[in-house]
Formats: sequence, structure tokens, C-alpha cells
Amino acid sequence: MNKVPLAVIGAGPAGLSAAIEAAKAGVKVLVLDENSKPGGQLFKQIHKFFGSREHKAGTRGFDIGTLLLEETKRLGIDVRLNTEVCGIDKDKNIWVIRNGKESSKIEAEAIVLASGATENAISFEGWTLPGVMGAGASQTMINVHRVLPGKKVVMLGSGNVGVIVSYQLLQAGAEVMAIVEAAPTLGGYGVHTAKVCRAGVPFYTSHTISKVIGKNSVEAVEIVQLDSSWQPVPGTEKLVEADTVCLATGLTPLVELAWIAGCEFCYIPELGGHVPIHDAYMETTVDRIFIAGDISGVEEASTAMEEGQLAGINAAAALGYIDGEERNRLSEQVWNKLDSLRCGVFGEKRKLAKERIIAAAKELVV
Amino acid sequence: MKNCLKRTGCPSIGELQNSPAFPKREDYLKGPIAVIECIEEIPCNPCETSCPKGAISIGKPITNLPRIDFDKCSGCGICAAACPGLAIYVKDYSYSDEEALITFPYEYLPLPKVGDTVTAAGRRGQEICRGKIIKVTQSKASNRTAMISMAYPKQFFDEVVTMKRLKAAE
Repeated sequence: MNKVPLAVIGAGPAGLSAAIEAAKAGVKVLVLDENSKPGGQLFKQIHKFFGSREHKAGTRGFDIGTLLLEETKRLGIDVRLNTEVCGIDKDKNIWVIRNGKESSKIEAEAIVLASGATENAISFEGWTLPGVMGAGASQTMINVHRVLPGKKVVMLGSGNVGVIVSYQLLQAGAEVMAIVEAAPTLGGYGVHTAKVCRAGVPFYTSHTISKVIGKNSVEAVEIVQLDSSWQPVPGTEKLVEADTVCLATGLTPLVELAWIAGCEFCYIPELGGHVPIHDAYMETTVDRIFIAGDISGVEEASTAMEEGQLAGINAAAALGYIDGEERNRLSEQVWNKLDSLRCGVFGEKRKLAKERIIAAAKELVV
Repeated sequence: MKNCLKRTGCPSIGELQNSPAFPKREDYLKGPIAVIECIEEIPCNPCETSCPKGAISIGKPITNLPRIDFDKCSGCGICAAACPGLAIYVKDYSYSDEEALITFPYEYLPLPKVGDTVTAAGRRGQEICRGKIIKVTQSKASNRTAMISMAYPKQFFDEVVTMKRLKAAE
């Protein structure tokens, strides 16, 4: 079958949620993912999610992954794994490579792009030594492959990724020697920082890694204090014993497919950089190409699932499976859930950034 | 500005006392009660929805800080097991003449065993005193989080919030 009504690219929390909503409305959905297992990042998220009951609060990420996969199966959604999408165009043609060798073309009537994000790296002396890795990579090693990357870890970055992965490294049996944060204040939720603090992990705010020392792999990390203009203060260097350095220095949306499809973009630094412009129904500037999850701005799995639902409902509506009134009613329900996740000191900035994307879409229409 | 929390990683006593849910001295006279150390507005409310007594309220928006009605709180610990942030424990000042009891969430292996003597620790993970493990439970509701009850000398009532992690057997 090379013609499908709806193709969803990416089988993470956003893509699976989109596929489920569209399939519930009766759309035949094909999900494509380059990985050998579906679920995106959910299966390495062993912590309990925040939110309310309707956001599955208190449920651990990998359990949510299992629930989504069961639902996907129950609805008869076709999930093709080891299938890399290497090209799409505005007419919704999709070029894929299966198992790294067979190429084929799929024609879709609508597409949901849910390709996620990639970890940022930053460079310093010694950053190419074995033992320096993304925080997400170390999380995959411990929680998916059950391999401890090292015994003594220095974490760079104190956002939620940095503190959650630090906690999980402790759970996996490593020592976290330091969490280093360039900003004067810690980035992640206070309950997460308090949890690793209780485990005796020291935090260094207004500090960064000046170099990593080691012959064949990481042996020690030199950290240095930063002044108010983010410059290293000479004489404040401190050596921390470590065999692993994890970088939790942000994520960038994986937007290549949206670029080549011809979507218009805007630059939103708070959400990770260039993101495709989308309207309140998650539709990009290319007719019937929708986006959801980190590709539309880096947030978290809970918001990705809500955005996926929104994209799925609206893709189904665009294909004529849901009428306008019902589409508005369902979309409003999801928007209420999204708004509740995007309030408070942490959510407000993301909410305002999202509003700028939607405003950009309105301007283009005018 | 929550200076201590955002600079050091854990809240100061002053920051906790300024939060709406933190108990006052007299609240501990009633027996075991839930202590919530959640001072930052994040979108989360399982403490409210899990409480069988309706003692915890967050309301709308979901980012409101939790409040507790200590006349209703029985110290059952269901909220402590439900909190995704591991930010709630139960403390009982009336446990015995010399000892207080704390029940806290714990997600490290190996788990302590009943009767073990462990190191009771504070908010920075610092050693405070010895503690004795009274109970270890893992209920379905706690979703793989163990709840540990530990008795410790009353003179350290405020400082103790957890225990030091146990080293895995080599």
C-alpha cells in the first residue's frame, strides 16, 4: 500500500497520540519511524510525570509508552519501524528507506510531522574524549540498555533534563560528583533539584566546565566560576574527579523535513530555535502538513501528547472524518489541557512563545 | 525570589515556612501529618486528587501551591506515595517519648530492611543521626516507589527528611 490518507512521521509521544486520535475518527493511519522500537523517548523516562489525572500524572513515562502502544494496536494502526523518511514535498509525497536498503515512495493526503528534537552539544577543551556525552544518551544507556556509562559523573546543565538524568544516574548506581550551571540560578523544577540535593549532590551555579582532563578518556573535569557577564574568573578553577561528563545543554527541534516540504519558519529561541509556523490546529503553512511535539518547539512529553492529539484531530478533520463543529469542540478540550500545562513560572514563557508562533501564522494569512 | 532553592538546590527553612502547606509547630501535636515541601508553582496536582480525606487543595490553576487542612490530614501517606516530585513525607512527633517517626518515599536499590540501622539525612544529604527502619512498603498505589518508615531521636525532628542511600553489595 503506497497511498495512505494520513502518514505520521515519528512514533514518539506526539506521533502516537496524533495517530490514535485520527484512527479513532476512522482515518487509516500509517506511522513511520526510523528506530527499531516505537515510543520515542518515553521508554527511557522512568520517572513519574507531573500534571493532573487527564495528563496521566503520577504514571511513569515507560508505562505511558506501553499504554500508547496498546491503544495503537487496538485501533489497528500500521506502525512501520526501521523506516527512515529521507524526503517529503508539499504534495505529501514521502520517500522512505526501509532497513537501510529498500527505498520506496508513499503518497499521503495529509501528514503529521512528529520528528522530535536532538540534543545540543557544547565544546570545551577535551570535549571529544570518550566519556563525554549527551545527558539523553546516558539516559538511554542506563534505562534502555542497562549499561552504566561511568561511575563518577559531572552533569553540565541544571534544567529538568540535567536534574532528572542526574537522579536516574544515582538510581542506576553512579555517583553524581557535581551539577554545573552557567546561570546564577538553577533551571529545573525545585522538587527535582531538592531530590538530588537530598542525595548529597553538589550544585555549582555561575560555573561552567573549562576543560576535561584525560589521556584516553575522561579522568577529571576542571570547572570555573563565571562572573556576571559570563566570563571565567581566573583563579577559581576547581578539579572534580570524574570518568563521565553529561551535557544537558538544551535541545533543538528536528525540522529538516518541514524545511524541505516548504513550510514557513519563525525563530523562537525559548523553544529551541527555528520552528515551522503553525496555527492553533497545528497545521503548518503547507496545506495538510501538521506538526506536533518537539518539532514545533521543545517542551516535554506531556505537552507533546496533547499537541499530537490536536494534530490528529485536525488532520482527521482536514480529511473529512470530523465535521467543523466537532473539530472545534475536540480542539478546545485539548487546548484547555495544554493551557493548564503551560501556566505558572515555568510554563508562562513557553505559552507566550507558542502564542508568537500562532500569531505569525495569522499574519501570513492576512 | 526563592534564593536558597534556586541557588543551592534545596529550600531553606524560611522558604518552607513561607509556603502555604508547611506545618507549624502546633500542627505536629495532632499526631502524624503530611509535610509538603513544594514551594514552586508547577503544573501538578496528584497530592490533591489522591487525598482520601480531601485535606489537600490546589484548585485552579493547577500551578497553585498546595494547602493542607491539618484538622483533616490523618498522616496516611497516600499523598507522599502519589507525589511525582517526591516532595512529601509524613512526620509523627508523638511516635514515642524519645523518638519521632518519618515515612518518606525512596527510589533506590537496595531497599533497607525492617530493623536496620541507617543514617538519617537532611535536605543536603548531610548525616544528621542514626535512624531505625520500622516499615518498608511498596503498594500498587505508590507505583514502584517504596515508602520507608524510620524512627529517629526527637531532638533532630526538623532536620531529618530522608536516609542516606545504601551501597549496593559488591
